[in-house]
Amino acid sequence: MPEIKNYTMNFGPQHPAAHGVLRLVLELDGEVIVRADPHIGLLHRATEKLAEHKTFLQSVPYMDRLDYVSMLCNEHAYVQAIEKLAGIEVPLRAQYIRVMFDEITRILNHLMWLGAHGLDIGAMTVFLYCFREREDLMDAYEAVSGARMHAAYYRPGGVYRDLPDTMPQYEASKIHNAAAIKKMNANRQGSLLDFLEDFTRRFPTYVDEYETLLTDNRIWKQRTVGIGIVTPERALALGLTGPMLRGSGIEWDLRKKQPYAAYDKVDFDVPVGVNGDSYDRYLVRVEEMRQSNRIIKQCIDWLRVNPGPVMTSNHKYAPPGRESMKQNMEELIHHFKLFTEGMRVPEGEAYAAVEHPKGEFGIYLVSDGANKPYRLKIRAPGFPHLAALDEMARGHMIADVVTIIGTQDIVFGEIDR
Amino acid sequence: MTTDKLSLREGLEALLSDQLLSVQERLGETTIVVSAADMLPVLTKLRDADSMQFSQMTDLCGMDYSEYGDGAWQGKRFAVVYQLLSVVHNRRLRVRVFAEEDDFPVLASVAPVWAGANWFEREAFDLFGIIFTGHPDLRRILTDYGFVGNPFRKDFPISGHVEMRYDAEQQRVVYQPVTVEPREVTPRIIREETYGCH
Repeated sequence: MPEIKNYTMNFGPQHPAAHGVLRLVLELDGEVIVRADPHIGLLHRATEKLAEHKTFLQSVPYMDRLDYVSMLCNEHAYVQAIEKLAGIEVPLRAQYIRVMFDEITRILNHLMWLGAHGLDIGAMTVFLYCFREREDLMDAYEAVSGARMHAAYYRPGGVYRDLPDTMPQYEASKIHNAAAIKKMNANRQGSLLDFLEDFTRRFPTYVDEYETLLTDNRIWKQRTVGIGIVTPERALALGLTGPMLRGSGIEWDLRKKQPYAAYDKVDFDVPVGVNGDSYDRYLVRVEEMRQSNRIIKQCIDWLRVNPGPVMTSNHKYAPPGRESMKQNMEELIHHFKLFTEGMRVPEGEAYAAVEHPKGEFGIYLVSDGANKPYRLKIRAPGFPHLAALDEMARGHMIADVVTIIGTQDIVFGEIDR
Repeated sequence: MTTDKLSLREGLEALLSDQLLSVQERLGETTIVVSAADMLPVLTKLRDADSMQFSQMTDLCGMDYSEYGDGAWQGKRFAVVYQLLSVVHNRRLRVRVFAEEDDFPVLASVAPVWAGANWFEREAFDLFGIIFTGHPDLRRILTDYGFVGNPFRKDFPISGHVEMRYDAEQQRVVYQPVTVEPREVTPRIIREETYGCH
């Protein structure tokens, strides 16, 4: 009788369903996974080591490049850690702007996730729909920071500048004539807040569209229901956070439980799953998009009626205004010191965590009182999630690995750092 | 929140008594230090005791204190910092454990206590060279296959020791010593406490 042996298969690092550069060594018994061994680090850039050699402000753009689909949430944790350690008061308006952009980022991330996850397991159309809405939100990023993705908009002490009164406009080209351009620019005639308000009006219908395509779809359910089940106890032990934890039925959301910025002033619900499978996590994330939309709406209403400063007036941490810098010797010195030597963060250590779209994103910052961090540890939510892949994939078929990678919302920028 | 923190400190003192080397409360965060010999029983207690229930280890961070404060550091060189989270009591705790020997840092693995520690310990092993006894599978994780050294130690230069290029003659990728000169645009400086104040 021939001896039946397990065989080992290499999945990635160049595989479209590997979400980047994941090399997965799968030990198979027929088509059933016996062991999954992810090899990571192919995108390792030593962000933490680089940050030790940069001033505090210079590391802000590095944060965008960690989880490169939820840029501003990464920055939020980083600036919060500095603010905590240095005791900087952030103006309320800046906190509302941060909440609004955190939620815009959450929608951006979940749209990217939904599109890619759908594409991985056979739903092409939803990808095109999702990217249509991402375009509007990236325009909001662009309007406020000049960059569509890597914004570097949050700064220790507030945000770089106030929201703009005008939106960038489309210009006529070979592809679009003047009449088409006028139509495309119709909702860009007012301020950024007008544009976003228009978006929040439209967005619930869009989410309904995705749900029509997927929620009761027979194929979608066959691919996700009962795949990658995690019990609540295991989810905690494995270090899962965010939708991965809520999908397993644990009501844990840092925005509610340990509120930061202005989250205690806005009203929203936290969706929780029941079975802890990929389908529940899908439902949780879709509902999170609706809730984010609600939060954005509340922030818009507040920001419309409450003008004010968006940056702390403590010039040891935030640059002085351009005008006062030109007229005042002391402000000039502040400006010079801030951009040459950088800010001095008092000695000590702080851990700041935010509810990132993927889970708990934490920054553990140790300062010895220098102008650069002594140690910066990035707690990326995807890292323990991917570590749990082995346990989640065991006993499943090889095609289910793709579902599990998708449901974990893997992005290598943050895992490899 | 404040009463919670107070009871956390008291709870820790009651639970751990002399196993607790120090407790520090700052910026609303509690940090305790325990010795390497006691760490496994202490961490297991922190997970299981009703007053604690730190059911999740959020983060595990390797530390190299050798250049802390520009040479002002007197204590042991390597440490591991655990960030614990209790979902039931909604609070966090930071535990710091120093490795006894500077030349060969060894700590016990907490993977049996929190399954999620597995990869975090591999990372600390890879980047700092800290050995975790009892770890099920202690391999490098983030650096390249065949990498030499522990890149996050303070004595490891930021430009590294080797660089990689394609050699047209040998028709393969080769490693060679780095050719870039290390440079520092903004020097690292620790000012006195009152600097800039009148």
